[in-house]
Amino acid sequence: MDILPILATLRRHKAILWLLMLEIALTCAIICNGVFLIAQRLQHMDMPSGIAEHELVQIQQAPIAPPADRYARAQEDLATLRQIPGAQAVGMSNQVPFGGASSNGNVMLSPTQPHPTLSAAEYFGENLVQTLGLHLVAGRSLRTDEYVDADVLIRELADGSSKGFPMPMLVSQTLATRLWPQQNPLGKLVWLAPTASFRVVGVVETLARANAYNTATAQYSMIIPLHMGADKDQSYLLRTRPEDRQRVLAAAVAALKRADPARVITHSRMYDQVRSDYFQDDHAMAGMLVSVIVAVLLVTGLGIVGLASFWVAQRRRQIGIRRALGATRTDILHYFQTENFLIVTFGIVIGMLLAYGLSLWLMMHYELPRLPGIYFPVGALALWAIGQLAVLCPALRAAAVPPVVATRSV
Amino acid sequence: MFGYYLDLALRSLKRNKVLTMLMVLSLALGIGACITTTTVLRLLSGDPLPQKSGRLFYPQVDPNGKEGYIAGQTKPPPTMSYVDAMYLLHAHRAKRQAVVALTSGKIAPQQANGRPFFSDGVQTTADFFGLFDAPFQYGSSWTAADDEGGAQVIVIASFLNQKLFGGANSVGKTIRMNDHDFRVVGVLKPWSPQPRFYALDLGGHDYGGDGDAIFLPLKTAIDLKMGPQDIECYDTVTNMDDLAAAPCRWLGVWVELPDQAAVADYRTFLANYVREQVAQGRFSRDETALPDLVGWLRDQQVVPDDVRLQAGLAYGFLLICVLNTVGLLLAKCLRRSREIGVRRALGATRGAVFAQFMVEAGIIGLVGGVLGLGFAELGLFGIRHQPAEYAGLAHLDLSMFLFTFVVALAASLIAGLLPAWRACSVAPAPQLKAS
Repeated sequence: MDILPILATLRRHKAILWLLMLEIALTCAIICNGVFLIAQRLQHMDMPSGIAEHELVQIQQAPIAPPADRYARAQEDLATLRQIPGAQAVGMSNQVPFGGASSNGNVMLSPTQPHPTLSAAEYFGENLVQTLGLHLVAGRSLRTDEYVDADVLIRELADGSSKGFPMPMLVSQTLATRLWPQQNPLGKLVWLAPTASFRVVGVVETLARANAYNTATAQYSMIIPLHMGADKDQSYLLRTRPEDRQRVLAAAVAALKRADPARVITHSRMYDQVRSDYFQDDHAMAGMLVSVIVAVLLVTGLGIVGLASFWVAQRRRQIGIRRALGATRTDILHYFQTENFLIVTFGIVIGMLLAYGLSLWLMMHYELPRLPGIYFPVGALALWAIGQLAVLCPALRAAAVPPVVATRSV
Repeated sequence: MFGYYLDLALRSLKRNKVLTMLMVLSLALGIGACITTTTVLRLLSGDPLPQKSGRLFYPQVDPNGKEGYIAGQTKPPPTMSYVDAMYLLHAHRAKRQAVVALTSGKIAPQQANGRPFFSDGVQTTADFFGLFDAPFQYGSSWTAADDEGGAQVIVIASFLNQKLFGGANSVGKTIRMNDHDFRVVGVLKPWSPQPRFYALDLGGHDYGGDGDAIFLPLKTAIDLKMGPQDIECYDTVTNMDDLAAAPCRWLGVWVELPDQAAVADYRTFLANYVREQVAQGRFSRDETALPDLVGWLRDQQVVPDDVRLQAGLAYGFLLICVLNTVGLLLAKCLRRSREIGVRRALGATRGAVFAQFMVEAGIIGLVGGVLGLGFAELGLFGIRHQPAEYAGLAHLDLSMFLFTFVVALAASLIAGLLPAWRACSVAPAPQLKAS
């Protein structure tokens, strides 16, 4: 297939050629960056929580009159919930991964450190490892006798005494690697306040924070054996089989209301809902990006169809002459397909530069990482595909031009 | 002459229906996407209090420690502690001022079968309503004496009044909240500024909703341990129960400064206060800030990044659609070289040919605009059903409706420039010879 005759023909229609190439270039830039943004969002949505997401239900409640002893109330509620048939494990927590409302603490590696090393999520509650289905990779879980009531701890801190310290605690593996790289974290100490020291007794594989803004710090979590007592900010968590969740949730809510009719159940939902609520913006943005990419490809495709039809109509006589001189239908078809391929290739070359430029601009204004090289071919492939698809119909119509057109003078 | 061009344009468009449809459709898609995203962007970045935003200011001080501090670069945090807020309040250096934090209360309705429920609200000082021009339906705000004494009084929103008292004048009536009796002193008309600027960074949502349900004096909320929604402690806390003294920041302060002189005066006052605190050893940083309402919204980047990105994408899409239209119009014009040649031979000037093709482009623009409006409504419908904070607000108003047609006409006329120019530079003689 001779490229030179095609190029010579294109030179005569410079204006339309440039328009088409510019359009293809812009489309390429948008597709490359769009697909990258979609991949970013999907990756963000894929963040692991470390818990048994499909087996958990969460209930939050608030009593009308605060109970005299909220720790006793919490124990009563937990006992009530344990009676629910189908509840494999029952626990309490002050926050859940991707729950939104978070509780964090400043971690120091020595009590006299002037400023903290980092901030990590503080998980308080009861029976978290078993209920959340956390995976222990080193050490042991927290024992029931190691738990202390929050009031007691606060009083000790206020007195300045370090009587109950160091307390045992669990850390996530990411946090352990960050604080003590290449060392065994078991037995190491951290300080959350000058007199409050904690010793690592176990490491869990993954436990995401409630507010994981930054992917780098999303897994910095600690589990501390502190009883918080029944409160409107605490969550009761039940672990059950996925198919039993609805039933167990309803039974649990009913049981809690029976135990104290004067309480308000503020939230009762399956954990899956928590996760999908947290990532709903990413989900919506990914959906919007997909529709923009489809729309852009559609518009460009329609443009190519229109322009190719115009060229075929304008060159009817020439096609007729070629056919009369012996070109087969296939030759004409290939001619138009090759011409389209060349135009799209030129457009893609400009498009790559535009895509790079666009990615730099996005990096500056929207704090996105640089476009990785793997996404450039994506735009190119998409445009070659849509170009060939779009030119098929006009090219087939061109191939159907009969040779007798060459003999007509109109 | 214009009627003639219109006639010619319509004929030509009808002659090649498919091409016309293609052009109108692609332009309409681009316009629809643009208008949808621009509407949402305009909604979210609008001024919530246009008649007063130039006079409302948000003082900020920085109680954090020395580490991580780069003089001139580190910005002060968005909230301040009780001690600092109360000092600013009691200094009375502004025409009006208010201290704000968010809270929630458990309301037990008086009816026998009424279930208790939680209501979100604001703990603040008496001047809050005058400061933000919050309109009252019944009653008025509480007094400064109520503020000092921690009186159990409450101002409620119109929808809460509807729920509890059937919308009647409930001033003087009692609401049982958190096991205490609160006396209603005022009921607001429906008031829900978008965004909820007074509550930025205090917790909760920025857009959407019917507004806060309850407003009560700050001291009352502290006395009754109705804690703020969001609290950040910059130092070790020994007694969490004593919020007033704890080294934590959880309050926002708003002041009304009527003119530039008052603003300069307040800035000096704030800087002096911070310098004093640094000298006393209480503060380590002497950064202060005093943005006005619009500046504060901008600093806090209240418009989500996603929305701005979507608007940018839509304009890129419109550009592609315009390029598409130019190409197709150019193709159409070149096909009609013969017709143009005949017209020119009969005496039409270049300008006449140019005008004819611009009118054609204009018609495509108008039809594209109408269709684009339809697509925009569809897009906004989709957004209204998205689970986003601002979803309920996405509606097309009159100015956006007119903007649609302006954009459509501008886009199509710009698209028509190149083809019209190419058409009017066609030499008539070669076209008239038998081809």
